[in-house]
Amino acid sequence: MAEPMKIRATLKGDVADIRVLVAHPMETGQRKDAAGNIVPIHFIQSMAVTHNGNIVYDGQWSQAVSRNPVFAVRVKGAKVGDKVVVTWTDNKNDKRTDEATVVAG
Amino acid sequence: MNPLRRTFIKFTGTLGALTTIAAAGLLKTTQAAAAVWNKSGFESKAVADAMKSLGASSAAESRDIVITAPDIAENGAVVPIEVVSRIPNTQSISIVAEKNPFPLTATVDFANGAEPYAYVRIKMGQTSNVRAVVKAGGKFFTAVKEVKITVGGCG
Repeated sequence: MAEPMKIRATLKGDVADIRVLVAHPMETGQRKDAAGNIVPIHFIQSMAVTHNGNIVYDGQWSQAVSRNPVFAVRVKGAKVGDKVVVTWTDNKNDKRTDEATVVAG
Repeated sequence: MNPLRRTFIKFTGTLGALTTIAAAGLLKTTQAAAAVWNKSGFESKAVADAMKSLGASSAAESRDIVITAPDIAENGAVVPIEVVSRIPNTQSISIVAEKNPFPLTATVDFANGAEPYAYVRIKMGQTSNVRAVVKAGGKFFTAVKEVKITVGGCG
């Protein structure tokens, strides 16, 4: 089961700076394990962020995004208490959704 | 806007990416939030093919795209890339690591007040240009920055 994401959403002026740390192996399908077997490809394909229910970040990723991905989104016109929901889906169709609220920066 | 409906569309989008082209066609007509995963682009081994999959083959060089990345990255497994577009009406930003086995790394579509700003940490196999491709008002713009890699991160 996937670990929860760490989401930090801080308000700077009227812009919410949303930073997300995701726990995911992001295997490229090129790496070999100690026994010399190729580790199967396993990576997040889509990453969606909503702000108060409206999609703000609709990301498509490849396996070249680093292990335990970190990414950021900036949303204009945000307020303290706004709800941010982050959802990822990987190539094995695993999913995870976490949410956070915007706090004063 | 009904959040349930959004969730449903997102879900069907994921299914579409994995199963049928029919679902993809449906999504286009509804202008759904979740784009279909650009399989041909992400599986392209050549930069030209990746650019073509984005529809950005004839993208114009632009100074209004600012790429912030280390000049020298010691560890290719974690290279922070930040792209800011100052082009009005920026709709999406893509990141292409030109000498990676599969160059296209990420495409981000913005909506509903999201600033044209992308930050993500990527893996790079070797020293290479990192290209940012911006879609704005239906046109494509691009900029590059070289990142030198001491230890590759694809192994």
